[in-house]
Amino acid sequence: MYDIRKTYSASSVSEALRLLLENDGATIISGGTDVMIRLKERKLKQAVLISIANITELKGIAVRENGDIAIGAGTTFDEIYRSEIIRECVPALAFAANQVGSPQIRHVATIGGNICNGAVSADGVPVLLAYDSCLEIAGVSGIRTQTLSGFHTGPGKVNLDQSSELLTTIVIPRAEYEGYFAAYYKFGQRNAMEIATLGCAVCLRLSADKKSIDELRIAVSVAAPTPLRCRKTEARLRGAPLTNQTIAALRKGVLSEVQPRDSWRASRQLRLQLAKELSERAFRQALETAGGEIV
Amino acid sequence: MIKIVHMHVNGTDVELGVDEGESLTDTLRNRLGLTSVKKGCEAGECGACTILLDGKSVNSCIYLTVWADGHTILTVEGLQRNPGELHPVQQAFVDEAAVQCGFCTPGLIMTGVEIANSGETYTREELRELISGHLCRCTGYENILNALEKVVGKK
Amino acid sequence: MGIGQGVQKTDAVQKVMGTAKFVEDMIPQNALHAKVFHSTVANGLVKSIDCSEAWKIPGVKAIITCFDVPNVPYITAGHPLSFDPNHDDVRDRLILSRRVRFFGDEIAAVAAVDPLTALKAVEAIRVEYEEYEPVFTPEDAIHAAHPVNPAYPTNELARLDFSISDSTVTWGKAAFSTEQNIAGREDLQSDHFSVPAVHAAHIENNACYAYMEGERMVVVTCNQVPFTTRRNIASALGIPLGRVKVIKPFLGGGFGNKQDTLYEPIAALLSQKLGGAPVALVMTREETFTCSRTRHAMDFYTALELDENNKMKKRAVRINSNGGAYAAHAHAIAAYAVTNYFQTYSADVVQIGESSTMYTNLPSAAAMRGYGIPQLAFAIESQMDDLAKQRGIDPIAFRKINMMKKGFLDPFDHFVVESYGLEACMDKGAEAVNWEKKRKEYDAFNQSSPIIKKGIGMAIFSYKTGVYPLQVENGACRIILNEDGTAQIQVGATDLGQGSDTVFAQIVSEILTIPESKLSVISAQDTDVTPYDAGAYASRQTYVSGGAVKKAALILKDKILARTAEVKHCAAEPLMLENEQIVQHAGEPPIASIAEIAAFVQYCNDHVLQTEQLTAEATYTCMSNTFAFGACFADVEVDVPLGKVRVNKIVAVHDSGTIINPKLAAAQVHGGVAMGVGYALSEQLQYDKKTGRMLNDNFLDYKIPTSMDVPEMETYFVETYEPSGPFGNKALGEPPLIPQAPAIRNAVLHATGIAINKLPLTPQRLVEAFISAGLIRAED
Repeated sequence: MYDIRKTYSASSVSEALRLLLENDGATIISGGTDVMIRLKERKLKQAVLISIANITELKGIAVRENGDIAIGAGTTFDEIYRSEIIRECVPALAFAANQVGSPQIRHVATIGGNICNGAVSADGVPVLLAYDSCLEIAGVSGIRTQTLSGFHTGPGKVNLDQSSELLTTIVIPRAEYEGYFAAYYKFGQRNAMEIATLGCAVCLRLSADKKSIDELRIAVSVAAPTPLRCRKTEARLRGAPLTNQTIAALRKGVLSEVQPRDSWRASRQLRLQLAKELSERAFRQALETAGGEIV
Repeated sequence: MIKIVHMHVNGTDVELGVDEGESLTDTLRNRLGLTSVKKGCEAGECGACTILLDGKSVNSCIYLTVWADGHTILTVEGLQRNPGELHPVQQAFVDEAAVQCGFCTPGLIMTGVEIANSGETYTREELRELISGHLCRCTGYENILNALEKVVGKK
Repeated sequence: MGIGQGVQKTDAVQKVMGTAKFVEDMIPQNALHAKVFHSTVANGLVKSIDCSEAWKIPGVKAIITCFDVPNVPYITAGHPLSFDPNHDDVRDRLILSRRVRFFGDEIAAVAAVDPLTALKAVEAIRVEYEEYEPVFTPEDAIHAAHPVNPAYPTNELARLDFSISDSTVTWGKAAFSTEQNIAGREDLQSDHFSVPAVHAAHIENNACYAYMEGERMVVVTCNQVPFTTRRNIASALGIPLGRVKVIKPFLGGGFGNKQDTLYEPIAALLSQKLGGAPVALVMTREETFTCSRTRHAMDFYTALELDENNKMKKRAVRINSNGGAYAAHAHAIAAYAVTNYFQTYSADVVQIGESSTMYTNLPSAAAMRGYGIPQLAFAIESQMDDLAKQRGIDPIAFRKINMMKKGFLDPFDHFVVESYGLEACMDKGAEAVNWEKKRKEYDAFNQSSPIIKKGIGMAIFSYKTGVYPLQVENGACRIILNEDGTAQIQVGATDLGQGSDTVFAQIVSEILTIPESKLSVISAQDTDVTPYDAGAYASRQTYVSGGAVKKAALILKDKILARTAEVKHCAAEPLMLENEQIVQHAGEPPIASIAEIAAFVQYCNDHVLQTEQLTAEATYTCMSNTFAFGACFADVEVDVPLGKVRVNKIVAVHDSGTIINPKLAAAQVHGGVAMGVGYALSEQLQYDKKTGRMLNDNFLDYKIPTSMDVPEMETYFVETYEPSGPFGNKALGEPPLIPQAPAIRNAVLHATGIAINKLPLTPQRLVEAFISAGLIRAED
């Protein structure tokens, strides 16, 4: 038995927003795989839960007319993993979705929840960051859009007014995925049922002759108070040739931008080592998919 | 607060008054006597409470019963089509000595049924991944994998 | 069927159907639910408790605090009664503790209408402490200002120190030390190995419920040793044994952790306060981690000198064991370990053992699969590989020079090794992994592969079967024959999943020729009606309890034959059983079936024969011990920059004497291998360094292997015949876990050249070691 005062099930985004406004301190819940743990741990008491799991408009993956990929916030990781659209256009996201928790968790846990709980280890986030994704957030005054980059403001904290706003859609703009190739590398101590000790996604576009980097994005999780983009390194390596020196520069650059801390789960030393190593591995993998070769 | 929910459990329609804070595990165990649904962690980490919700494996410990309103639930108790006749997954677990203490067994069998229902064949490595949401401390998963290979056929 | 057959597990069908009932499945609908208030300091004294807010919560029925419990300390260890003062257990537990000894100690308990209400009431309890500086390691504990148990001012629970020469042990008394070298043996090369506290992590949490039938207290609990638990509960409550009944239903794994009495006295006291109402106390996973038992963390200081032929001349070991807050098994586990150091191998000239178990302000350590030997095996087998490497000799060859041989006289327990398959296990394993070829192949591969490195390592062990002569080894069995030739078997020995019930059925089948399908082993123990047994520990059940089953079956067989002779007017002498029939000579037509005789002697009304329900009951006292042996070979891949070890394959070879059920025996090995892989690579209980609060008390952070973390396994048995075993059999329950961690560690040594002397081999530890060794470039 959980310490729940009241549960609601919204059938539309507007109803969810109305329920949020009517119920002070209410918590939005979808798959529940995070909120239920907070309840179990007694971090959340006498909860009022507004379930958004039955809101059809929050579900599913579609390609918009302009070619953008729109992922409903209520889409489960299993659905993302199986989606033809995702596998075709942003396969690294399908791979990342399959790294979350366990098969049972992936059947209910949603991408929106993974983003909104602000976890620094969220498996869904690095790839989306590397694809320069945007978020559509519904509020009383309509929909606002913001980049995923910058949405995380601290450990467990996001730029969302929990009392009046709802994340509805994650958008991967066509311009940000077309011609790009990405890879995600998660490091966990176990090979399943694991939160990332560190995760890294690399997304790149090669020059027409496939000899140099045209565009590069690197996102790292659990290496700072929020998932982060290594923008200085990205900028420095734009136009760089596909050489071992570039990889060395990538490792060095990532290392200079991450700020992991010592925790009982892993030392700063290990996380620094992982940051440089995973960024190289993700880079090499993305490069391979892109058809590039280190010379 | 008590809410009325309607569920299709193991082939039967049930109407139940449940507390809003009740987990599906608790409802199935305490109100319907389906004690095959085990509690090992109540955090979605061990898989002992796994049931099939509309055919998909779900940790019922972190799933509220009120969310299951209108849905179909299958537990190990609902697998025998005829008395005394085990489901092929159950039979394979027996034949392959995949059962030791038996505490994780019902949950694993439900994931096994989900795998079998997919109609596909899998490699041993794929099977490892598919059952990775279940912790078993007795078997090293070895005979469980053997049992599943027997049911779904080797890829 | 019978001995040596892969008989289907007697409870498999119930378990796959979900009808097997575990404690939590049996809690009555009307039961109250209890929750415990846990201390938030690791060392201190409860000054006051305010329960007034808790009482205000609707649905709260009873609250007990440390000020309400009988002030008579009791034993929690699941050992049989011992009249030897050296082997008596320590009485140091009260039902609830005023003198708080660890973060999480039980201070108060609430019974309420449901678990959530009880939890809310617990949260409303206010406690004031007098806080003391806590100590978490043996070296800190020895100097503690406020000893964990005031009766032990230095925190040292017990020591066992000795020297051995010519198979004779001379007992001594050494002083606690953390010096690298062992006093007086500064000449010897010395190493330090260390292993952390780990948890059994059975999937069923510890759970119990208690209620009263009139004056009698009934406790249903998932406990491996129901008769000892009955004694501990009676002692805690201060009531006679005859007033307590303990029932043990199906158990969801135990691995030694359900050998201690835990929350049973709390549930019982609450029920008593409530006039006998049923009170359930089911631990959460977090409580199971913190408040049950752990495997002892140990430090090993090993010293050794070899002669020019690589034979051990001098050998010494010191073990400092972290016992945690309550004595539980006290020094028994470290004593097991320190003695085993001189059993698997022995030196010619000098052999010195020192060991200490210290109280600390951490969760209590006690029995867990292997009872000290997995810890020791890590130290001893790591040391063997390090020495072999130093001397440039093959690790197998080096072990063969120094290891125990057939005819070895155990200096401690004074038995002679008769069945001996150790060397054969090594040879079989070496052949199965293609040892020599693979070692060379991997050496060559590693030369040119800086990122992925491959290795093969191995380890061996010896492990005793049961605990004789340290403690009594006995068990009883009752067999009841029905008039249709079927039978029930009742044993006090407990099946926790390992399959002992099935093995008992096979033993009866072997002797009475009745197929297992017609035999019912009563899996639940009820101390009112079940014959006595010491319970499940020390891999003793097939060896000791199996002896009781054999004895009872032989008695029943004699009865059947004697009554046949009487009924059929023939001599009992040549009669024998064959396929459920009584025959005069093998292969001859039967005189009668067992069923006919059983029915006739029970129901005949001929005014001549005395009727009889054919039953047999026997207590077997086992006055022997024997070593089981085994070897493990691990094939690993190390991803150097990530510090990640992937175990590709484990080959486990065991000499457990006669294998009674090959299918279940292999399954037992699989589970041990997986648990060993966890011990090697990922499992460790972590505590906050300041407060002593357990940090990873859940399955996400306490990393037992998933299906994606365990290797492919090959299991083999080298079958020997152990004359003291009921069918030539010896221990198998615990051994499979023992050699895994050192074998994997030695494989990592082979792969990388880096010797890691601390478990587990986590990426963090490996990355650190690889950086200092220069295997990981510090280029950036």
